[in-house]
Amino acid sequence: MADALLDVRDLRIHFPTDDGLVRAVDGVSFTLERGRTLGIVGESGSGKSVTSLGIMGLHQGTRAQISGHIKLDGEELVGAPAARVRELRGSKMAMIFQDPLSSLHPYYTVGAQIAEAYLVHNKVGKQVARKHAIDMLGRVGIPQPATRVDDYPHQFSGGMRQRAMIAMALSCDPELLIADEPTTALDVTVQAQILDLIWDLQREYQSAVIIITHDLGVVAELSDDILVMYAGRMAEYGSAEDIFGSPGHPYTWGLLGSMPRLDQARLDRLVPIKGTPPSLINVPSGCPFHPRCQYAAETIGRSQAEVPELRPVAPGHLVACHLTTDQRRAARPPAAQPPAARLGDG
Amino acid sequence: MITFIIRRLIATVFLLIVVSAITFAIFFLIPRLAGQNSYQLATEYVGRNPSRAAVLQVEAKLGLDHPLWVQYGNFIKGIVVGAHYNSGTSTTYCPPPCFGYSFKSQQPVWPQMVSDLPVTLSLAIGAAVIWLVAGVAIGVISALKRGTLFDRFSMGIALAGVSLPIFFTGLIALELFSYKWPLFPNVQYVSFLTNPFLWARNLVLPWVCLAFLYAALYARLTRAGMLETMNEDYIRTARAKGLPERTVIFKHGLRAALTPIVTIFGMDLGLLLGGAIITEYTFSLHGLGLFTILAIDNQDLPEILGVTMLAAFFIVIANLVVDVLYAVVDPRVRH
Repeated sequence: MADALLDVRDLRIHFPTDDGLVRAVDGVSFTLERGRTLGIVGESGSGKSVTSLGIMGLHQGTRAQISGHIKLDGEELVGAPAARVRELRGSKMAMIFQDPLSSLHPYYTVGAQIAEAYLVHNKVGKQVARKHAIDMLGRVGIPQPATRVDDYPHQFSGGMRQRAMIAMALSCDPELLIADEPTTALDVTVQAQILDLIWDLQREYQSAVIIITHDLGVVAELSDDILVMYAGRMAEYGSAEDIFGSPGHPYTWGLLGSMPRLDQARLDRLVPIKGTPPSLINVPSGCPFHPRCQYAAETIGRSQAEVPELRPVAPGHLVACHLTTDQRRAARPPAAQPPAARLGDG
Repeated sequence: MITFIIRRLIATVFLLIVVSAITFAIFFLIPRLAGQNSYQLATEYVGRNPSRAAVLQVEAKLGLDHPLWVQYGNFIKGIVVGAHYNSGTSTTYCPPPCFGYSFKSQQPVWPQMVSDLPVTLSLAIGAAVIWLVAGVAIGVISALKRGTLFDRFSMGIALAGVSLPIFFTGLIALELFSYKWPLFPNVQYVSFLTNPFLWARNLVLPWVCLAFLYAALYARLTRAGMLETMNEDYIRTARAKGLPERTVIFKHGLRAALTPIVTIFGMDLGLLLGGAIITEYTFSLHGLGLFTILAIDNQDLPEILGVTMLAAFFIVIANLVVDVLYAVVDPRVRH
């Protein structure tokens, strides 16, 4: 995969704490090409955010232990000098965060914050940067950008703030855009607008996008590929068609089963996944999902003893599960189809 | 912004009137409520074993025989246009702002306070500069190097600074650096205009002792503020933009962490301008603090009243300045 923009190999990010070693990310691998979108899905504490922060070099570098490889356009980022990673940050890779109000500095105007991102990576004057900020605000759909540029974040609505964050992230035309729960803090009506915006901008800029979310609906709408994470590990990785059409991991089944659907008759209640995500200090032995997995008994003790390897169940579709193909076929719940009509044209 | 300032100014004037009324009530209404009549009050202003005629003369001169609200009106009038004290035989003029006339020292109060003000001003402002710079710098470094030897050491010193009173550190400093090793001998106030060098040299010990107390507090506050701010989401955003760490810390982190410091600094400085009582007493500097103590000692009501009003004035003005600064610093306050 020499042409992949982002190539992550066996990424591990561990945090030593007083209570023990927190294995926030434990052996994650994926690749991402320009113009494509990867959705990373998982519950809170599954390591999805830490993975993205690790790529950006924002994972509390001094305290964390990081190993594996992160190659951005062929350049190794793990162990790279902090100054080099900083140069890439904001220019070649950019990030959008969950809560746009707390992510914008309350004391500076929106325009100044966007211009700052542009100024640090481009040798231009302040007036040029300001014009660029106005231009970016217009592009993300802020009305009257020339006047709103001097507004402070608290004068923006929630959706506009997230638009401003996106404008800031895209101001240096990054090749990789990471959106960490970009719609979680927003109203439902605004969520769709923001996702549309990311979708449109991605096609305009041809950047690679990683969307991190716990909402399968969001990734269904946007993603080409999906990575399901559990307890810092990869549970399942494949194309969106694979994950929604023939999901292979009981955890993925659980996620799909707990998602409300509009395209199916409301025959059943939503089925929650029993139990809670494990502590990342005391990850259960063997398959980390086994205490919550209703099929664990079928593996005859293997789920408690062995960590399941990531195995292909179809070309490009990897599942980390002890169930055999037959067992999986028998156990899989009835058709989980992609809920969004848009999936096809990605 | 300008309407904001005008609004605060009007509120400030109103506040000063309230302060004057309360102060006046404490000194002239409460004695009445306690059963003291104007004659007894007047005896306070006359020497020991006065004749009845002398007391009555003073009572008339100070207007103590008038109803309270007339007295309050005269009090305010005195501050604005000055006052004439007429004892029947002679008239004493007290030019504005007239805060009263001390019968103990036979002097109007205001000029005495004015002559003591530079001492307090020099002491408070000099110390404020030291503690602000040192406190914030140490606090920032401690926060960024949390858990290191520097952090623990400076926070230990800070704890000592907060705990040790000035009359302890001040006396130790005087003993060591003024008597044993006379680096700063003969500490006394010399006017800046007379000799700037002596002014500074003689104030070093009081400055450092006073600043030590406050710097310790400010270091702890800054450290806590920085630690909190550096965990904010917008700091992560600033890093995600690829800003140099220096910009992240100072432009994004310190700017936000300093807001509460500005507030406390204004209040502390305002309070000190009314007299750094313990410091001035320890170092025998004749500023407003020492003036206050002597006034209380002598039960000199006009002097106490005057210095109370002046101290209240400084605090109210400091409040105003802080409010305006707050609006300058934090755009959310402006709108």
